Amino acid sequence: MENNEKVPLKKVLLICSKGSIEDVYAALVMGNGAVMEGIETKLFFTFFGLDAITKKTMNKLHTSTVGNSAMRMPGGLPFPTLLGALPGVEAGVSAMMKKQMEKLDIPNVEEFLELIVAGGGEIFACKLAADMFGLKKEDFYEDVKAIITVGDLYEMCDGPGTQIIFT
Amino acid sequence: MATKSYAGVNVEVNDEGYMTDSSQWTKEIATDIAKQEGVELTDKHFEVLDYIRDKVASGATLTIRGINKSGVVDAKSFYQMFPGAPLKKSTKIAGVPKPESCI
Repeated sequence: MENNEKVPLKKVLLICSKGSIEDVYAALVMGNGAVMEGIETKLFFTFFGLDAITKKTMNKLHTSTVGNSAMRMPGGLPFPTLLGALPGVEAGVSAMMKKQMEKLDIPNVEEFLELIVAGGGEIFACKLAADMFGLKKEDFYEDVKAIITVGDLYEMCDGPGTQIIFT
Repeated sequence: MATKSYAGVNVEVNDEGYMTDSSQWTKEIATDIAKQEGVELTDKHFEVLDYIRDKVASGATLTIRGINKSGVVDAKSFYQMFPGAPLKKSTKIAGVPKPESCI
């Protein structure tokens, strides 16, 4: 017999493994959005995604201007990869992107994490990646709840209505 | 479009129960909507509702960040005051449209 009962989304676990502005913000926007909907929310940062929760780097994220085929000049013309490789171009483009985001009232990384935690969301760092990069608990943003293993992560994903999203 | 009776007054609401005519809003109606949402309104709640109504009347987009910076309430208390989905809940109680914001 077919079961048509809809189970509402109750818990999401977002995994962020990359450290560019767009990858990190995808996780932050979706995480914050879930918290706003009253969904239990956990964010797990791993590999280069750890940049988003490392005190030293969290507010200095960049977007890549090299090898980014969707990158455009202001006005829509293609952005030549060689131009993107020039020193300072990536920093300039990233600064422009952040300015644009500020205009739309999108918070910076630290403030975004603060809002997520204020709403009951939880933030975790991946143990293996932290070991790889030589990062300790004190290197991370203060609201990072714990450094956990992949096993811990799966244990948190119990219960019906739980989804794992990889950004 | 439908009408619903709150605090003895018939008010216009949309499919999701949001009031469509913000001028019909009174504190009594708010208290009644809040009860249905499982929220008991305090003076602090009304302060927040006033802020939300002012903000919406001025044409601004409501965001959690904006609320956090409002000086009226911080994000943490806001989540506690309107548990579950605070922005959706508070706007419903404030008699304004559901906010169209991703943040």
